[in-house]
Amino acid sequence: MSKRSNWSIPYAVFLVLFVVLPLVLVLLYAFQDGSGHLTLSNIGKFFRDRDALSTFAVSVEVALENTAICILLGYPAAWILSNKKYNRSAVTIILFIMPMWINALMRTLATAQLFTMLGIQLGKGTLLFGMVYDYLPFMIYPIYNILNKMDKSYAEAAVDLGATPWKAFWKVTVPLSMPGVMSGVLMVFMPTVSTFAISEFLTNNKIKLFGTIIQENINSSAWNYGAALAFIMLIIIGITSLFQKDKDQAEGALI
Amino acid sequence: MMKKVFAKVYIWILLVILYTPLVFIAVCSFTESKVLGSWSGFSTKLYRNLLTGNMQGEASLLAAVENTLLIAIAAAILSTLLGTIAAIGIHNLKGKYRKAIVFTNNIPMINPDIITGVSLFLLFVFLHISQGYLTVILAHVTFGTPYVVLSVMPRLQQMNPNIYEAALDLGATPGQALRKVLIPELRPGMISGFILAFTMSLDDFAVTFFTRGTIGLDTLSTYIYTDARKGGLTPELRPLMTLIFVIILALLVIINVRKEKQAKKLQSIQK
Repeated sequence: MSKRSNWSIPYAVFLVLFVVLPLVLVLLYAFQDGSGHLTLSNIGKFFRDRDALSTFAVSVEVALENTAICILLGYPAAWILSNKKYNRSAVTIILFIMPMWINALMRTLATAQLFTMLGIQLGKGTLLFGMVYDYLPFMIYPIYNILNKMDKSYAEAAVDLGATPWKAFWKVTVPLSMPGVMSGVLMVFMPTVSTFAISEFLTNNKIKLFGTIIQENINSSAWNYGAALAFIMLIIIGITSLFQKDKDQAEGALI
Repeated sequence: MMKKVFAKVYIWILLVILYTPLVFIAVCSFTESKVLGSWSGFSTKLYRNLLTGNMQGEASLLAAVENTLLIAIAAAILSTLLGTIAAIGIHNLKGKYRKAIVFTNNIPMINPDIITGVSLFLLFVFLHISQGYLTVILAHVTFGTPYVVLSVMPRLQQMNPNIYEAALDLGATPGQALRKVLIPELRPGMISGFILAFTMSLDDFAVTFFTRGTIGLDTLSTYIYTDARKGGLTPELRPLMTLIFVIILALLVIINVRKEKQAKKLQSIQK
């Protein structure tokens, strides 16, 4: 059985070639100028680029707001769905995941069209609504998974020992479900910052998010600056994943 | 009682909001109007156009659907093969090497699509690989395989390692033991991994966008993107999305009813 460990070799080679090497290339391009000399000018350019900086700030703001709204709306939904008293059928969960199978761009365009028909001006508000609409299932699902697997007797024990149900919820259920919330945050925050296309459709090109700037630079062959912007995003991903204490648990919540 | 009503109402409000745009598309699929949202009388013309492929100058929509399906099937099969073999290998690994491979396996899942897309784009440029079908499929295998690995690993951990050894002791060749013992044990994990990889591929936009090159290769996502940027969506997209929605809904209901039946059977056996 021990030589079975060799079976990991093809995938290890694949990972080096298609995951590690591409990320090394992002770094390499980010710190090179057009002719291949090492330089910090691409990173420096970002900090002097008013347009990119303000887009960055707007993206982080929208992503924070989106994540907060998704938690506020999604946590109660996940809790209700995982509670046998209120929901006995798995079909309701499926109804929440279903829309994810329909092309996201098409859903977004339909949402934008509905807003236009209702006479609501496309802008920050519609962008936020559309983002919540797109990402809410990604928040509900991991939280639901954790709550569903959780041993309910902990919260019951707290009540037996004299805690009010409200207190038992805040002191027992919520802390135990944090890995689910964290993986929800991971699946909502960074994807929102890096969104492109969706933000333009929802705001009639009025608001750009960071992903759009990366895409514009790569598509106009400004690969070095595009890579530098991608590198800045990689740093933020690194920082967000530091907040995750127990990674295995959080990923377990996804599947 | 009040609580229960409140909980139900909350869930249904969220569901109604989530489904409004989808219902909107479905309703608009039954009218001929070119513009999404305007009603010019009931008609099934768009459905007939779609099913007979009779769309003025929009045959590329059908090509995009075909590409989307072919790429998703190819990527899901390759991901399942690569991921299952990898999971068996990782399961038998220990120490630093295992940690490193598990960590790297997580990277494509944590990275936003655009990072995966841009980094693979740079890779293909760097290696002078011309971009097209092959690069898109490779890119989809990159983000699909981690899900297969994560779905198969728990099956390996739950499996009793002795049954594989027993098969060998009883005279099975390693190949037979693999086919008759190991694979059947892993099958549920492989199937859910396949489904995950398949749906991720179907829904992908950003990664395809950066790795499809300039040969005019379109999937459904990139087709819709280009279409919307030109202003005005191909009307036949409405019946197409409606059909996809109905098919998936039917599949999910069937799968779920079967699952619940199986669960009940299992319960009655255990009793």
